Amino acid sequence: METVLALEKLESYTDRYIACHECDLVHPVRRLLDGEIAACGRCGAVLYQQRRNSMDRSLAFALTGLILFIAANMFPLLTFEMEGREQSNRLIDGSLAFWKSGYWELGLLVFISSVAVPFFSLISILYVLLPLKFSRIPKGFVYAVRSIEWLKPWAMSEVFILGIIVAFVKLTDFATVTPGPSMAAFVGMVIAITLANVTLDDRVIWRLEEDIRTGNEL
Amino acid sequence: MSTQKTAAELGAIGCHDCGLLVSEQFLESRQSHHCPRCRAPMHRRKPLSLAKSWAYLLAAAILYIPANMMPIMTVISFGSGAPDTIMSGVIHLAAAGQYPIALLVFIASVFVPLLKIGVLAYLLVSVQWNLAAKRRQRTRMYRMTELIGRWSMIDIFMISILVALVKLDAIATIEAGPGAIAFAAVVVLTMIAAQKFDPRLIWDVKEKTVK
Repeated sequence: METVLALEKLESYTDRYIACHECDLVHPVRRLLDGEIAACGRCGAVLYQQRRNSMDRSLAFALTGLILFIAANMFPLLTFEMEGREQSNRLIDGSLAFWKSGYWELGLLVFISSVAVPFFSLISILYVLLPLKFSRIPKGFVYAVRSIEWLKPWAMSEVFILGIIVAFVKLTDFATVTPGPSMAAFVGMVIAITLANVTLDDRVIWRLEEDIRTGNEL
Repeated sequence: MSTQKTAAELGAIGCHDCGLLVSEQFLESRQSHHCPRCRAPMHRRKPLSLAKSWAYLLAAAILYIPANMMPIMTVISFGSGAPDTIMSGVIHLAAAGQYPIALLVFIASVFVPLLKIGVLAYLLVSVQWNLAAKRRQRTRMYRMTELIGRWSMIDIFMISILVALVKLDAIATIEAGPGAIAFAAVVVLTMIAAQKFDPRLIWDVKEKTVK
């Protein structure tokens, strides 16, 4: 109760209190142990969580994801064989095939959600975390941090994996389909991207940024 | 719990992008409506949330019809073409004995879009009618619609793979159909409709009736 009273006098801004993004109720921010999650007492939304070594882990997963992204794009994902003829496709070929057959809207959507956004979300994480690691704030820092959250719903690589499975099942009825060399890299990339996002803690990012900006070396 | 207040009651705004709690007076004194930390534009509630959400939702509901009526792809084999709608694709899978995959496609392509449109319409109506019941449950429903919407893209990705792989001229070729555009539009429009909806409106109702 006294915490609420103290807050009545909020004159500028604070990160010692947090308003639930789903129901607007204000909660005092508490220190959590590693792995703990703070949820809103009224609506149950996750307010913030404490990740062990968030910075280094997220950085490592994002770097892994980027390397796997390159491997996932270089070689065929699937090879299709029928009546003695063979055809294979890379990740990008789906959007290209849509584009060429006049379905440019679908080509664009598939390109954005399966290639461009996963790539840029990895770049955003690296662009923010790598300089912070060396106590620097990169140009356009605030926009890069915000873009990480913005891009999230439009990166659909994990959904793409299910698309591959359904396509695979449909084709095996009348042809031979085998996974190509990029398949393992693609699945690995999806796992790495997921882990990079899960381990990322934006509160750590903002705290570090403030420390660096105000010259508070740790 | 009743001692706790909302940010709006305290004359403050929680930044949608970085979570900083900022006093509205402070923003006014600075003649700015941007977050002092991450510079995102700040609003007590998402602007025109209901109108925008309704607009995207209605567009999605209308396009749901051609998405299901028109062929999403056509398999052309030795000159004869067999157009597939979303539902006939599900039936083919089931007929081939692939029940789990048929169920997956049915849930992702037919059930989830309908559920999403229905849930969002219910949430919008409940806010407009100032319903105060089941707020926690409605917030949970909103959270769920945000999570599941993207999974409807399975069919679009599946078609993109088939179109790229199966191009053996006369033997077998797979072409996309106009239903796929309508369906992709449904997925994207319902995702935007969910993003435009502000779940805090669900909780604002009580405050109005108490006053």
